Amino acid sequence: MTTGCFPRWAALTAALLVAALDAAAAAPSAARGEAIYARCAACHALAQNRVGPKHCGLIGRTSGSVPNFDYSPAMKSAHIVWNAQTLERFLADPLKMVPGTTMTYAGIPDAGERADLIAYLREAGRSPQCRAR
Amino acid sequence: MSFFATPTIALARRHFLGRSGLVLSGPAVALLAGNHALAAAAGAADPKDVQILNTALAAELEAIAAYQVGAQSNLLQKSALDLALTFQGHHKEHADLLAKTVEKLGGKASTARVSYDFPVSSLKTQADVLRFAARLEQGAVSAYLGAVPLFANRDLSKAAASILGDEAMHWAVLRQALGEAPVTSAFVS
Repeated sequence: MTTGCFPRWAALTAALLVAALDAAAAAPSAARGEAIYARCAACHALAQNRVGPKHCGLIGRTSGSVPNFDYSPAMKSAHIVWNAQTLERFLADPLKMVPGTTMTYAGIPDAGERADLIAYLREAGRSPQCRAR
Repeated sequence: MSFFATPTIALARRHFLGRSGLVLSGPAVALLAGNHALAAAAGAADPKDVQILNTALAAELEAIAAYQVGAQSNLLQKSALDLALTFQGHHKEHADLLAKTVEKLGGKASTARVSYDFPVSSLKTQADVLRFAARLEQGAVSAYLGAVPLFANRDLSKAAASILGDEAMHWAVLRQALGEAPVTSAFVS
């Protein structure tokens, strides 16, 4: 009896494990997002305004609202609140979402990479570096 | 004459273009050779192209300032300082060309900011400076990669790709100087 049931039980366990591993791999990862964030480093930093505005405080912020940053007229008038959904759209194709933005970048085509990057931006916003600002 | 023995950058570039069989046409030749009148005459510029060039220019100006911070940090040994000044010189060439092209295409070129907010307090060793520069260069590679497909004028894409190649070499050499694997993967992103 036991030997007859064991293969079915083991197969079910294995399937659940595989599903769990798949889910973990598919879940947004701030660690992967940090590596992706290196692509932004020519223009952005967490705590300093650069060619682009700083990213500390990004989640929940209204577009075009960082003090002392010279935004494009397009971004100033976009009135977007940055959250996971709006960032997802913007990072996919910045110029499509905000025509006229100075972020002249083709975007990140991979949805998983966008999710990872957003996870990193969310986590980085809670970092000591950002809390100090 | 060897490319490496060519006495000036302009001559070297001409020699390289002549020997390599690399054929650049229209505004790309004008952009890379500095013939901005030809670039301007090549047709009405797409405003988006001007914006892309201006964003790249702003990043180049910031890179020049960043290398200046590194050069004046007194943290760099001579070989690293020579690298920094050489790469800063490249960024100055990029910026000069981009600014002139923006203006010839009817735009108003971005100018350097009065001051830049770099994380100077975190630069305590030569490795810190080199790592900071490497990160900027890596970002520049990605920024140009993200700009290349956006140009309406494909000749400008080609010209931007030429700068991308230079930035990628900077990134690799800086990683090498840090004792890291100079080239991290077969593709950049």
